[in-house]
Amino acid sequence: MADPKYLKFDTLSLHAGQKPDATYGARAVPIYQSTSFVFQDTDHAAALFNLERAGHIYSRISNPTVAVLEERIAALEGGVGAVATASGQAALHLGVATLMGAGSHIVSSASIYGGSHNMFAHTLPRFGIEATFVDPRDPKAYAAAIQPNTRLLFGETLGNPGLEVMDVAAVAAVAHDHGIPLMIDNTFATPYLFRPFEHGCDIIMHSATKFLGGHGVAVAGVLVDSGQFDWEGSGKFPTMTEPYAGYHGLDFAEEFGPGAFIMRARTEGLRDFGAAMSPQTAFYILQGVETLPVRMQRHVENTREIVKYLCGHEAVAWVIYPELPDHADHNLAKALMPDGVGAIFSFGVKGGRGAGAKFIESLEIYSHLANVGDAKSLIIHPASTTHQQMDAAALKAAGVGEDMVRMSVGLEDIRDLIDDLGGALRRSQR
Amino acid sequence: MELTVEGRKVFAATGGKAFDPSLPAIVFVHGAAADHTVWKLQTRYFAWHGRGVLAIDMPGHGRSDGPCVPTIEGLADWLIAVLDAAGLARAALVGHSVGSLVTLEAAARYPDRVEDLALLGCAFPMRVNDELLDAARDNDALANQLTNAWGYGRAAQRGRHTMPGLWMLKGGMRLLEDAGDGVLYNDMNACHIYEGGERAARALSCRTLSIMGEKDIMTPLKQARKTAAQIDGVREVVIPAAGHIMMDEAPDKTLDALRDFLPQPT
Repeated sequence: MADPKYLKFDTLSLHAGQKPDATYGARAVPIYQSTSFVFQDTDHAAALFNLERAGHIYSRISNPTVAVLEERIAALEGGVGAVATASGQAALHLGVATLMGAGSHIVSSASIYGGSHNMFAHTLPRFGIEATFVDPRDPKAYAAAIQPNTRLLFGETLGNPGLEVMDVAAVAAVAHDHGIPLMIDNTFATPYLFRPFEHGCDIIMHSATKFLGGHGVAVAGVLVDSGQFDWEGSGKFPTMTEPYAGYHGLDFAEEFGPGAFIMRARTEGLRDFGAAMSPQTAFYILQGVETLPVRMQRHVENTREIVKYLCGHEAVAWVIYPELPDHADHNLAKALMPDGVGAIFSFGVKGGRGAGAKFIESLEIYSHLANVGDAKSLIIHPASTTHQQMDAAALKAAGVGEDMVRMSVGLEDIRDLIDDLGGALRRSQR
Repeated sequence: MELTVEGRKVFAATGGKAFDPSLPAIVFVHGAAADHTVWKLQTRYFAWHGRGVLAIDMPGHGRSDGPCVPTIEGLADWLIAVLDAAGLARAALVGHSVGSLVTLEAAARYPDRVEDLALLGCAFPMRVNDELLDAARDNDALANQLTNAWGYGRAAQRGRHTMPGLWMLKGGMRLLEDAGDGVLYNDMNACHIYEGGERAARALSCRTLSIMGEKDIMTPLKQARKTAAQIDGVREVVIPAAGHIMMDEAPDKTLDALRDFLPQPT
């Protein structure tokens, strides 16, 4: 049997998008810290501006260092292309703005990152885009909420902070039945643990600040296009299928085929909205991506040990982690993510909010801060921080209780992590 | 734009500019189970530099009506019918892979209709690996996997596309996946059974360019050179490190080779 011999995930993590520097032979990805790039002549300049030729013009639109990261993430997710952005929120906004305008509607999971919820519930309505929030576990709820002007279904692979596991294939089927794409925030899982495109998802966004970077030194986002959505067949996306005056009547689906969405996102979205990633940031994120496979293995191993420890601790009221048999999505999680369901989970400390506060303040190794996916272990109280802007109903819909503590497990020695937890739990009960 | 040939719709991309049949025309013909988008980084340039551009979808491909045409000779006749439908007395033809055989045969059969000929990834006989042909016949996903992996050169496995952020391996795979059942087999088999290459090469009377990928696995450089040697006065361009799908792997070098070969409009 002939073998196509495609490079494998771990190899792509290190090599995709890069060839050693042709001038000096640099093995690492050089940081092209330049706002702009010299044209060969006036014809070359005009051709670049009119998308007759490919290349770099100005680093708001593209940059050689950033392009390596973009290709690498596209390769790892199995997409036709990617655009790197200034943050995960910028990636989400870029995706929405590329697909739709005023008068449009989004159906979103109710259990999503608080910042994404804010964008959909409070900010996008000012621009004429409304959203309906539904139970991510219920594909029928997605279907029921679709309106004639719905242009996107959205959810997170693993809900935040309740870790609801999305049945991506089922929701994608709902979306496609209505001629609408499905966008997934794959930040918590990373492509190492789950690849949404293989389950019918059309667009992926990441907060690359988290596991992709892994070091907590740079805020970054990525938007990835599967290239599999039929824009022409849908007929609902004039940004993809109708002439765009911004490029002399360019029809993106006709010209770029499977790359229509990501080309529009870059050539319009980065050009006009400008939420670009800096080359320095791309370099930082690339350092993380190079070790993503080995880090994710360790993240998952440590998480499993800590979950096991907490489940047996008398000061812990409950633990939510999809690998636990009592989790509502246990079977789905096992089927979709056999290598592990991430390194973020929630639990409750007995004694309510006061005991929870004492617990967090007693920790020594874990850092109390608003981030996840760092090499260092992190902890936070969502109701008072990341999900603070939600009202009681929204908090309930997102599964955020007053006693909930969210942990992002890092790469420290597991014995130190458990010792620290034990001490803080003891102090929380005094 | 849409044309009608033998009662069926033929789609042709025009490089983002309305097609003007009074301009010197270039007709681009894609490879197996592909469509007009493979020329995205060549057609816009010519359309915005004084050329009338038609990047056609062959029957049963892309946005053109089916069914597929099973022979190179049949496709060559169909291609000339496309020129008729577009109101073109003559045109330069640019063909890739199976498209190169179609344009070669068309130029040989209809010398008065072809101004210049550019063959990309062209070799004859263009025999197809048995396992690949069998998998394509069975609509086995392996056929797409092999076609894509062998189509792009080894260097393309690591990417670094000229268009920032595009991962070309998946872009190529999407085109193959979008083609309907039987399309890849039709095209592969048309190449496999084509016996007219040497005759067509001897019959050519137009200027001819052969663009070859240095690392081409599908039509290896040695074989492509042997083929080109059978064409009188052929101009050869070898694109370093490129595989079979050089217009995607090295779009600028491919464009430059075409631009240098095709006369500049006055």
